Amino acid sequence: MELGLSEEQEMLKTSARDFLQKECPKQLVRQLDESDTGYSSELWQKMAKLGWTGLVFPEKYGGSGGSFLDLIVLLEEMGHNILPGPFFSTVVLGGLTVLAAGSEEQKKDILPKIASGDMLLTLALTEPSARYDAPSVKTKAVAGTDGHVINGTKLFIPDANVADYILCVARTKKGKNPEDGITIFLVNAKSPGVKGTLLKTLARDKQCEVVFDNVSVPQSNILGKPDQGWPTVKDTLQKATVAKCAEMVGGAQAALEMAVQYAKDRVQFNRPIGSFQAIQHYCANMVTDVDGARFITYKAAWKVNEGLPSDMDVAIAKAWTSEACGRVTLLAHQIFGAIGFTMDHDIHLYYRRAKAGEIMFGDGDFQRAIVAQELGL
Amino acid sequence: MDFRFSDREEAFRTEVEDFIKKELPAGWTEKNIYWPGGYGTLSEFEEANPHIEQFRHQLAERSWLNISWPKEYGGAGRTNIEQAIFHERMSYYRAPGGEVATLIGGPTIMLFGSDEMKKEWLPKIARGEARFWLAYSEPNAGSDLASIQTRAVEDGDDLIINGQKIWSTAAHVSHYAWMIARTDPNAAPHRGITLLIVDNQSPGVTIRPLTNICGSQSFNEVFFDNVVVPKKNIVGEKNRGWYYVMVALDFERLVIPIGGFKRTFEEITQYTKETKHNGQSLSQNPLIRNKLAEMAVEIEVAYMFFWQTAWMLDKGLVPNIEASVLKLFTTQLSQKLANTGMQVMGHYGPLERESKWASLRGRVQAGYLDCISALVGAGTSEIQRNIIAMRGLGLPRA
Ligand SMILES: Cc1cc2nc3c(=O)[nH]c(=O)nc-3n(C[C@H](O)[C@H](O)[C@H](O)COP(=O)(O)OP(=O)(O)OC[C@H]3O[C@@H](n4cnc5c(N)ncnc54)[C@H](O)[C@@H]3O)c2cc1C
Ligand SMILES: Cc1cc2nc3c(=O)[nH]c(=O)nc-3n(C[C@H](O)[C@H](O)[C@H](O)COP(=O)(O)OP(=O)(O)OC[C@H]3O[C@@H](n4cnc5c(N)ncnc54)[C@H](O)[C@@H]3O)c2cc1C
Repeated sequence: MELGLSEEQEMLKTSARDFLQKECPKQLVRQLDESDTGYSSELWQKMAKLGWTGLVFPEKYGGSGGSFLDLIVLLEEMGHNILPGPFFSTVVLGGLTVLAAGSEEQKKDILPKIASGDMLLTLALTEPSARYDAPSVKTKAVAGTDGHVINGTKLFIPDANVADYILCVARTKKGKNPEDGITIFLVNAKSPGVKGTLLKTLARDKQCEVVFDNVSVPQSNILGKPDQGWPTVKDTLQKATVAKCAEMVGGAQAALEMAVQYAKDRVQFNRPIGSFQAIQHYCANMVTDVDGARFITYKAAWKVNEGLPSDMDVAIAKAWTSEACGRVTLLAHQIFGAIGFTMDHDIHLYYRRAKAGEIMFGDGDFQRAIVAQELGL
Repeated sequence: MDFRFSDREEAFRTEVEDFIKKELPAGWTEKNIYWPGGYGTLSEFEEANPHIEQFRHQLAERSWLNISWPKEYGGAGRTNIEQAIFHERMSYYRAPGGEVATLIGGPTIMLFGSDEMKKEWLPKIARGEARFWLAYSEPNAGSDLASIQTRAVEDGDDLIINGQKIWSTAAHVSHYAWMIARTDPNAAPHRGITLLIVDNQSPGVTIRPLTNICGSQSFNEVFFDNVVVPKKNIVGEKNRGWYYVMVALDFERLVIPIGGFKRTFEEITQYTKETKHNGQSLSQNPLIRNKLAEMAVEIEVAYMFFWQTAWMLDKGLVPNIEASVLKLFTTQLSQKLANTGMQVMGHYGPLERESKWASLRGRVQAGYLDCISALVGAGTSEIQRNIIAMRGLGLPRA
């Protein structure tokens, strides 16, 4: 058993924290949150130059051959600085799916472009039912003479407003088993019939409604095996769920650090509020939640990284992290008093992100249903 | 990062498990009502069972009472992860083994004792021949431990002890008191305290049982009336006992019966599968599934804290915030698990084990009482939070 980060991971962590602090101050975060694109192409290019967009791709696809765990370390720091933008969509939802299921040709075409910062991707899975399971995939793709024609509405699709390609999860066959007959299509976002609408959300994360209205997709744009796309989607969901946990852990850690600093600085009744036991105990509860979330997230990430069966571990990590990080950011608010209730203060940015993260890929109740099943109940 | 056990660790885990399965009396794990984190039911059951001494003796023969100690002191010279693996398996089977001398006193002597003291005590502890009880608390000194009044006055080569201790777990079945006493009444409260070892058989020691809410005698009150103790029984330096005890308490907070949580949870889970309401097993009820899943999640998080502290020890770090977090988290878990068990069992939950209707031999009803002790003993939850906030986060004192 070896529970520490490697030297390289420690370096990645520190350099990521320094870079983001310098290049993505909270002022920029707010600007991007309010903008329609939700990201800065200048910052994106800088991250690409640092090798972040290609971190997990093999060198032959223009990446630096890092592991999934390396990516988790990076995502934790992105969460710590609440970096806005389509990194998660492009690299985790899009890139990892292409890497896992794409043909050699598709990989050679797409991955180097992601790595160089020239292409943005996202995954369109959820629909108005807002669920992450196979039966909920109702969007239809019908085979014609020249490829498929897709019809349907996808909802809560992150960063579809800026994505160059959308991986659309569609039903190509109806059968007894809902996991059968699902195909992943690589859809150019500019294709005729694709219409995206940005949704305004609590966290200002860029979620979209994407309507596919008779969208034609050539045969060559099928990712992986036709009708057998669900295992790939599931695999991506696993990775994305852990990756989301890592972002949330980073955010909760930041909220804790901010609250502790404030508690040391803010004086009431002639003493720093951090000397009041009520505040101290809030902080202690926060540490317990953040550390627990981090340890359990890294365990799940390690399992995924090793390719071990990880349904249970991922569900446990998400169930715990979702709720723990919500508690932490709420307590941080309590410690900040009225100043935290203003738009000027940064803490609300974390509080919002924590809620968005909790919902994404299933909240505590959803994950516990999986845990119960895995327990054999 | 690698959460897998190494080959060596895996082999040791198997060896421990095989040993436990072979040597524990038949039905032990099922019959034992010991609750994870509880202090209240443990000693009653152990005292009543003649196999315990034999089992402990076998552990000692294997040097398993102190797995991470160097061989020269009677240990097995293994890592702290291996020691944690041992405790995990032992607690899973509710096997008797660890106690104050091996888990708390010994490690502290190893750090602060003179060479002479190490030579005298460590092998004895490793052989299981010197069992300690913790003589810290007094009627007016619980959380505020530095306010103890028990006095130790120098008299030639000896110290003379007068005073009273309370909540003394297992004092009646131990050999020695691991005690703090005041040696300098004029110094600041925590600078005049000395740590020493006192023989239970010394004239002037009186042990009176207290009955706990589980109905058993797990703790006592103990009176010291002009008790003579040789000075060589002082651990480390005189008047510096407070600092040693702070470290000893960190060791104490690492003693978590982590496997016991898993085992008990498995039994409750099994119960829900076997119990039917209106023809449907309880485990099909979404509310019950959610409750049980919540426990599974928390147990897994607790395991992470557990391995983390063992790993830190192997890296040469002394967990202190981590020890407090582990203690705080698992003792709350103990309470939640007991409550979940009660909710799942409904009317059957509160039945005592004598009842023919009792499920799981009344373990959950006993646990529901016993789990309270964990939130108080070894420093209350509030004190753990104080430690995390002040020692860990550097928040200012009031
Ligand atoms: C929406 C809103 C509307 C408001 N409207 C008005 C208004 O109309 N008029 C008006 O006058 N004020 C108003 N207030 C101000 C409000 O009364 C204060 O915010 C509140 O009294 C707390 O003060 P503070 O924000 O300075 O926080 P602080 O006093 O700095 O407190 C920060 C944290 O420290 C804790 N703390 C402080 N002292 C202690 C202590 N002794 N023991 C334990 N913990 C302590 C607090 O509980 C809090 O968690 C409003 C505030 C809000 C959020
Ligand atoms: C089953 C059991 C076994 C025990 N075994 C032993 C043993 O073997 N040897 C031994 O020496 N002792 C033993 N103890 C004693 C134990 O260490 C003390 O009970 C514990 O430290 C609390 O002290 P107290 O009971 O005097 O409570 P108090 O200190 O009076 O505390 C009462 C309440 O006030 C709170 N409180 C006190 N101070 C603070 C503070 N500064 N900040 C916030 N809240 C505070 C506490 O958290 C608690 O909620 C045992 C206790 C139990 C329950």
